Amino acid sequence: MSERQLVVIGGGPAGMGAAISAYEAGVKDILLIERDQYLGGILNQCIHTGFGLSYFKKNLTGPEYAHRFIEKIQAIDNIEVSLKSFAVKLTKEKELIFIKPGELKEIKAKALIMATGARERTREMIHIPGDRPSGIFSAGLAQKLINIEGLLPGEEVVIVGSGDIGLIMARRFILEGAKVKAVIEIQKQSRGLARNVVQCLEDFNIPFYLSHKVARIYGKKRVEKVDVVEVDEDLKAIPGSDFSLACDTILISAGLISENELLEAAGIEAGNISIPGLFVCGNAYKIYDLADSVSRDALLAGKQAAEYLKGLG
Amino acid sequence: MKSVLVFDVLIIGAGVVGAAIARELSRYKLSIAVLEKEEEPAFGVSKSNSGIIHPGTQNSLNSLKGRLCLQGNILTRKISQELGLDFQEVGELIVAFNEQEAEILQNLKKQAQGLGVPGLKIVDKNWLRENEPNLNPEVRAALFAPTAGIISPYRLVYALCENAIKNGAEIYTNTKVENIARQEEYFEINTSRKSFRAKYVINAAGLFADEISRMAGISDFQIRPRKGEEFILDKKKENLTRHLIFPLPSKTSKGVLVIKTADGNPMIGPTAEDIEDKEDLSTSEEGLKKVITLSQRLVPAINESDIIAYFSGLRPVAGDDFIIRSEDQVPGFINVAGIQSPGLTSAPAIALMVRDMLKAHGLKLKKKRIFKSPRKKSIHLFKIPLTAAKKLIKKDAAYGDIVCRCEMVSAQEIKQAIVEGARTMDGIKFRTRAQAGRCHGSFCATRLMKILAEEIKIPLTALTKRGLGSEMVKKDRLDV
Ligand SMILES: Cc1cc2nc3c(=O)[nH]c(=O)nc-3n(C[C@H](O)[C@H](O)[C@H](O)COP(=O)(O)OP(=O)(O)OC[C@H]3O[C@@H](n4cnc5c(N)ncnc54)[C@H](O)[C@@H]3O)c2cc1C
Ligand SMILES: Cc1cc2nc3c(=O)[nH]c(=O)nc-3n(C[C@H](O)[C@H](O)[C@H](O)COP(=O)(O)OP(=O)(O)OC[C@H]3O[C@@H](n4cnc5c(N)ncnc54)[C@H](O)[C@@H]3O)c2cc1C
Repeated sequence: MSERQLVVIGGGPAGMGAAISAYEAGVKDILLIERDQYLGGILNQCIHTGFGLSYFKKNLTGPEYAHRFIEKIQAIDNIEVSLKSFAVKLTKEKELIFIKPGELKEIKAKALIMATGARERTREMIHIPGDRPSGIFSAGLAQKLINIEGLLPGEEVVIVGSGDIGLIMARRFILEGAKVKAVIEIQKQSRGLARNVVQCLEDFNIPFYLSHKVARIYGKKRVEKVDVVEVDEDLKAIPGSDFSLACDTILISAGLISENELLEAAGIEAGNISIPGLFVCGNAYKIYDLADSVSRDALLAGKQAAEYLKGLG
Repeated sequence: MKSVLVFDVLIIGAGVVGAAIARELSRYKLSIAVLEKEEEPAFGVSKSNSGIIHPGTQNSLNSLKGRLCLQGNILTRKISQELGLDFQEVGELIVAFNEQEAEILQNLKKQAQGLGVPGLKIVDKNWLRENEPNLNPEVRAALFAPTAGIISPYRLVYALCENAIKNGAEIYTNTKVENIARQEEYFEINTSRKSFRAKYVINAAGLFADEISRMAGISDFQIRPRKGEEFILDKKKENLTRHLIFPLPSKTSKGVLVIKTADGNPMIGPTAEDIEDKEDLSTSEEGLKKVITLSQRLVPAINESDIIAYFSGLRPVAGDDFIIRSEDQVPGFINVAGIQSPGLTSAPAIALMVRDMLKAHGLKLKKKRIFKSPRKKSIHLFKIPLTAAKKLIKKDAAYGDIVCRCEMVSAQEIKQAIVEGARTMDGIKFRTRAQAGRCHGSFCATRLMKILAEEIKIPLTALTKRGLGSEMVKKDRLDV
């Protein structure tokens, strides 16, 4: 088992930012592990603008924002990037197993930064009853299908939840010539940023129902329609307020959850880490609204890891 | 004129029953075909059930169900070994909350012993505290049936089908039987795709067995769907219980259970509700509430927030018992209908019974010299020792290429599933568990779609979740 000074898991803005910041604070041996074939994390599929306003004082797209970090990393010899590399197991001793095509590797890290990002809440997690046809996507999956794979998931869309990804996808579907029937949010106010509500819904006249929920999904093969109902203060359905919307596609945009399965499997509580030299940053630590805030968080994690290693001598 | 394909035996339906019959008959020098209306086998009742290999308890003494379940429990063990499937004997506990219920346990025990169910034991509070710590402490006693087991229901069907095919049987999917004509010497079957002819026809069409039977001229039974909603819990709760936990049975069902599944996730359910529509697989808020309440009564540690997935299945009910008979008015036609629970368990025993009926009706059964029985166990990287995994990845790089991150399924396993017959996204999910984890495919669906489209050589826009009409995406943006 080889030993490395610092291992960073995850090559999104958090992982890249942390690796760079640790290097700048003096760490000379860094391994950055990313499971995808590119660095950039979720930013690669966010081709809209709105990134970097506070961190770079510039209005960038997701890939442009990521590229600023990727270029920097490529220029630093002390950061070794291992792509298509999936960390599958972790111990409290900071031993790590990762696999990549053709290889299974075991390493021990003196310091370890987890930057594994987040996943989206699913239809199953928010318990929408009804049929289980095709045509139900998480907003992020729809984003990937359109922006990366060049496929149009559907033509008549209802969006469940007003998370930012959902709002941005509402506009994206319109730009692709699809119809967005409504965005349905169970809470009294939008979950996403105010600017996204204006730029993605209001500017395109997309109906936005607050204090409403999707009560049922219909469709034996492909989605056919949804029932929508208004809810009261306790989020209970108000009888008689229901109506139906015909659609062939449903996007779920009901928030993100930190991805901390590696830590959990190792018996480490992600919210309360007491293992010296182990750090968590970015969306794996907590869900940030903006990539800019993730970068700030990463900066700090990199510095702390460097200090910890200095302390070891 | 349409050409006609001729076989000795035609089996209608590729659920667990049709698949078990096909595999059993493939031991003999016969030409066999299975006709299935769906895109893949196991897309009917056999994909959505509790996955329990019942020990034989809770069946009345002279029922077909009781006898076949008991025999099926024994046969399934052997089949699992031969076909490289995981059968786990976890045992079941039927629990009693008061004196009155405890007395009923005694009756259940007597009845099951009469059927021949082995190893039954009434266990007390102390035993339960020791052996089933999360059980509601108010439970006073339980009937312990050690031979209850669990299996992956769809993988059982796939393995049976694969093995039948290996031994010469043919399976025609997307082939819906539309009418059956009885000629002098044979049946002529028209389907949505081709025409078939055979001297013997076996109706194993699950929920639609009454319709198929009517096509052959027998209409003395009707299948009514009885819906069961089930809710799957996070794998993190794998050790919630050690056994399958049953309440006392009611007249129509075994009640809401706390189930262990072959993949490790606990499951709670099923409900039992008589409905009309044979294709209504929806789940409901009431179903959820009911299952949560009833399962928490058995195991209070169950949390609604542990639920990661849900589905419903329809029991094909035609009265209290199975209907398995060769029809005298229509010689050569065998009905295997009303196969409700414990149909998954009974399937291999049903296959033997059907074989004997065929024989009694003049079908010559001559064993093949070679029956290819052993089937290689599919390898999952994380179920083998580290050193073995290392070697495997070195030998075959695709094992190191993880596609589904939640269930850690490699590209190699996906490709193998396609070789074994997966044609849809659900087919991949049932075989490999890719998309069955926490994110439900949010991360890996695009990659899976690309692999599947490439391997079976169809455009991405033609890919479906589970057959025609359930296309994954509507359009290629470049075609717009
Ligand atoms: C679908 C989606 C769309 C979003 N859209 C926007 C937006 O428009 N604007 C905005 O400001 N924010 C958006 N966000 C929020 C966004 O997640 C953050 O702004 C930022 O990308 C988070 O950075 P991160 O590095 O923490 O996570 P990520 O960008 O998710 O990066 C995590 C990286 O870790 C890798 N990884 C995870 N586990 C392992 C492992 N075991 N082994 C190896 N590698 C691993 C992943 O492959 C990934 O590359 C979106 C989030 C999602 C999920
Ligand atoms: C909620 C629930 C829980 C259950 N739990 C258990 C359990 O724990 N243990 C147990 O032993 N049993 C259990 N069962 C029962 C078990 O699932 C069934 O008995 C068994 O799956 C029936 O198998 P089958 O092959 O008869 O039916 P199916 O799997 O439905 O197969 C019939 C096939 O015929 C096809 N078909 C229909 N019409 C046509 C046509 N016209 N042309 C061509 N093909 C056609 C269908 O598409 C289908 O694939 C449960 C059932 C339910 C609903």
